[in-house]
Amino acid sequence: MEILNDIRSLATVDNDIKVWFKAARASDFPENGGACVKYKDQQIAVFNFARRSEWYACQNLCPHKMQMVLSRGIIGSVSEEPKVACPFHKKTFSLRNGECLNATEEKLAVFPVKIEDGFVYIGFAR
Amino acid sequence: MKRIIVVGNGMVGYKFCEKLRKQSVAAEVIVYGEEPRPAYDRVHLSSYFSGKTAEDLLMAPASWYAEHNIVLHLGELVTEINRDAKTIRTHTGKTDHYDYLVLATGSSPFVPAIEGVERDGVFVYRTIEDLNQIIDYGKKIKCAAVMGGGLLGLEAGKALIDLGLQTHVVEFASRLMPRQLDEAGSNILLHKLSQLGITVHLNKSTKRIAGNGKLEGLEFADASFLPVEMLVISAGIRPRDEVAKASGLEVHARGGVLVNDFLQTSDENIFAIGEVAVHSNMVYGLVAPGYEMADIVVRQIAGDFSKLFQGFDMSTKLKLMGVDVGSFGDALGETPGSIPIAFQDKHNGVYKRINISADGKLLLGGILVGDASQYNLFHQMVMNRMALPAQPESLIIGAPGKGEEGAGVKSLPDSAQICACENITKGDLVLQITEKGVKTLDDLKKSTKACTGCGGCTPMVNDILKLTLESMGVTVKKSLCEHFDFTRQELYDIIKVKGLKSYEDVLEQHGKGHGCEVCQPAVASLLASIWNEPILNQSTIQDTNDRFLANIQRGGTYSVVPRIAGGEITPEKLIAIGRIAKAYGLYTKITGGQRIDMFGARVEQLPEIWEELIAEGFESGHAYGKALRTIKSCVGSTWCRFGVQDSVAFAIFIEDRYKGLRAPHKLKGAVSGCIRECAEAQSKDFGIIATEKGWNLYVCGNGGSRPQHAKLLVTDVDTDTCVKLIDRFLMFYIKTADPLTRTATWLNKMEGGLEYLYDVVVNDSLGIGEELEKDMQALIANYHCEWKKVVEDPAQRAQFKHFINDDSSDSTLSFVEMRGQKFPEDWNKK
Ligand code: SRM
Ligand SMILES: Cc1cc2nc3c(=O)[nH]c(=O)nc-3n(C[C@H](O)[C@H](O)[C@H](O)COP(=O)(O)OP(=O)(O)OC[C@H]3O[C@@H](n4cnc5c(N)ncnc54)[C@H](O)[C@@H]3O)c2cc1C
Ligand code: SF4
Ligand code: FES
Repeated sequence: MEILNDIRSLATVDNDIKVWFKAARASDFPENGGACVKYKDQQIAVFNFARRSEWYACQNLCPHKMQMVLSRGIIGSVSEEPKVACPFHKKTFSLRNGECLNATEEKLAVFPVKIEDGFVYIGFAR
Repeated sequence: MKRIIVVGNGMVGYKFCEKLRKQSVAAEVIVYGEEPRPAYDRVHLSSYFSGKTAEDLLMAPASWYAEHNIVLHLGELVTEINRDAKTIRTHTGKTDHYDYLVLATGSSPFVPAIEGVERDGVFVYRTIEDLNQIIDYGKKIKCAAVMGGGLLGLEAGKALIDLGLQTHVVEFASRLMPRQLDEAGSNILLHKLSQLGITVHLNKSTKRIAGNGKLEGLEFADASFLPVEMLVISAGIRPRDEVAKASGLEVHARGGVLVNDFLQTSDENIFAIGEVAVHSNMVYGLVAPGYEMADIVVRQIAGDFSKLFQGFDMSTKLKLMGVDVGSFGDALGETPGSIPIAFQDKHNGVYKRINISADGKLLLGGILVGDASQYNLFHQMVMNRMALPAQPESLIIGAPGKGEEGAGVKSLPDSAQICACENITKGDLVLQITEKGVKTLDDLKKSTKACTGCGGCTPMVNDILKLTLESMGVTVKKSLCEHFDFTRQELYDIIKVKGLKSYEDVLEQHGKGHGCEVCQPAVASLLASIWNEPILNQSTIQDTNDRFLANIQRGGTYSVVPRIAGGEITPEKLIAIGRIAKAYGLYTKITGGQRIDMFGARVEQLPEIWEELIAEGFESGHAYGKALRTIKSCVGSTWCRFGVQDSVAFAIFIEDRYKGLRAPHKLKGAVSGCIRECAEAQSKDFGIIATEKGWNLYVCGNGGSRPQHAKLLVTDVDTDTCVKLIDRFLMFYIKTADPLTRTATWLNKMEGGLEYLYDVVVNDSLGIGEELEKDMQALIANYHCEWKKVVEDPAQRAQFKHFINDDSSDSTLSFVEMRGQKFPEDWNKK
């Protein structure tokens, strides 16, 4: 639980971004898949959704069994909603707002992403 | 705005809140619950023993109440109701005012006044706290008993077995589940329980709980003695009517708050619902009637007085320790003149009894033990007074096929209740499909909540969905998912004919949307089955196991399984595995597939480990893929005094031939050296048994949760013919099976069954034999060790990292030690 609260406290409210963290080169990320970014002591899953020309970031921790694995999940869409499926038990979460789409797991913390000069930046509240 | 106070936050109290908010009734809602946590699913309480956590069991998290504007006070016992002032008071002295009061205080286990019940080691079975105490105490002892052989008692008995205790069940009556079963039904169940190691004592009235401080045994009225160290009492329930009684509400002599058809107590502003309520002399100890009561009270508060509580059917179906038990309507045939018809098969542990009316026209009720697949249908026949067929015995004697069951659903009236937990009728479901455009089971569950309680109605709901769609002329097509309107077989042909080589091309030309976790791995598997090119060229469409070429484990580490063809391994290679496992601190285990698994590798260690394994001559074992796994062998004619052919050599040959082959599901084979079948070939997708003259080839067997024996395809064939037939068989399967369908299931669904398969594979009735062999040849020629490619390619190696921006490992991994090796920390403790 503590670990969930920690990660949530990094998420911005009302888009009040205090830190734009320069994570890695955009070309380092696999296309249409994710990779895990270390920020302070936290783990952030970042997805390069090339098929939609979009980038997303959320906590790496799956709230179902508290596994640090979401960056290794398959991404895709349901209707128009972009989603990630946890590799363990295939719970799916919206990449847009973190809500669980096929069960009642807790919401994921999500973070804004921007690409500048070929680098991926993630926005945090602190 | 009206102020509603709910006393008790159990299953029914929660359902009341949920329904109230769903109806958008404008009211202040304040809930007082005695237990320390929000309402949880008591019905599935026992799953706490099999890994569910207290959190998994919650009906809704605490945040749900806040989000729905409901004030929830936990750990507060309501001790007083002042009906004149319309206030309540709690044990901490808090007072609160209500306009309506809803009593949902449930019940408590009935503990008979037997000498010694206060001893240490005596427990009841109702709350999570009870279970925690039982688990703690159970660690210190070996032997325990349950008092009460009813539904709940048997469930508690199973829990004790799960705790590894020697388990006894003591029942006062002359049979188990006396309210649901007759003698013959109970006997079948008794037999099953004894197989599980539970000793049942019938006709036993407990006189004294003996011991000195802590429990030492039970003394019975017949002077016998049962030495046990723990006792779980499950002797019935008593409604928690104490507050109601103290405030002068009318209660039943045997306990419970009296209510009328509106669920009003003797005070019109106070309702009672769930297990605390007594309606027409009945306490309902099941959730479904409680939910119905909650619904009726919510409607009244919303101003709708049209629905009354008129009693509730107490039929039950459950799986008790792996045995299906169903009891419906007048199960024991107590209606005057009723005629019982029974069918018993002791060998398979099946008992079916139906009670029909004196005129033979109606089904009144019955009992099903061992096979309750007809429960839903029979139950509905009773509830809807449907006419019996001319020979009612045909209902239980002729083994009904699946088709009949579907037809049964068709003849149900719209008013038939399908989901008892949520009270959803066939009409409700059909309406969603015909009017609201619902097309999938998932959507139907979402829009009606059917199947979300106990889940028992899922098959029926599915049948209704299918039948209704068909009747609307919608062809129920097995398309892959929302992104592709094709079956797997159609996509196979498209990809092959058009020469498509990437998921992006397949999606762009033949799909829509942006893919998902169903179609990406399915297309990945097709591409691999058709072209057999390195799967990491498109790593992100693969399941995690395929993306990292290893099986992901609890905690997020991976396992490493090198191929050990036929299970044959040299001492040098054994030493190499031992050395490498030791160097990387891996847990090792012999698998059920005759090879060695090394567990606990961090993702960034995988390429190094494989580099060392490859240097020692190992190859990928494809344990992570829907691919050929193992060909098991027995030692065969080289060593075994009975062996008639060299089964090891043939197994190794076969495993080398098909290694790396990707298929709709995993593939397993085995070769036995003689008819004694030590390699268990008849449980494999393809199995070979040596004969004096050659080989017998079996196909479409399966272990797993629904074991199925493989079927004999040909006998006494020579080695070349055997291999040719396996080539054709496997290729035909790869081309035509649905995703994630093992060969056994594929055959079960195949029109024409084994005969058709024989015609295609052996007689070449479709004239595709040569083509199948050629396709297989191409795949075999294109084999490569996936791990070797990764180890040799720096760009691919670089993908095996936990962080993209840091070289450190995942610091959240944690391990414990047991039996001299490491294990991941229990994830329920996280
Ligand atoms: C390691 C092993 C257990 C062991 O320690 O012995 C094992 C472990 C797993 N089995 Fe198994 N099975 C293992 C032998 C078996 C056997 C026995 C056999 O092969 O003779 C069976 C029954 C035979 C059969 O398949 O017909 C077996 C039937 C299953 C099934 C049920 C398949 C079915 O069609 O019903 C699954 C689930 C699935 O594949 O969907 C499964 C799935 C799994 C998975 C892959 C679950 C998962 O996705 O994580 C486990 C992966 C463990 C890992 O991470 O390495 N495992 N599994 C065995 C590996 C054998 C090997 O050397 O490759
Ligand atoms: C192990 C087990 C298995 C079961 N299996 C099934 C099954 O398979 N199918 C089925 O239909 N039913 C089953 N049941 C029965 C089912 O759980 C009950 O019918 C259901 O929980 C009743 O709901 P309720 O809200 O009336 O009572 P409860 O769930 O008992 O809730 C009442 C709550 O009120 C609290 N409370 C009591 N008095 C006060 C007070 N004065 N102030 C504040 N709070 C108070 C209690 O602490 C409790 O939390 C099972 C029960 C058990 C124990
Ligand atoms: S099947 Fe058994 S008896 Fe026959 S060869 Fe193999 S080990 Fe020997
Ligand atoms: S751990 Fe993510 S779905 Fe179970």
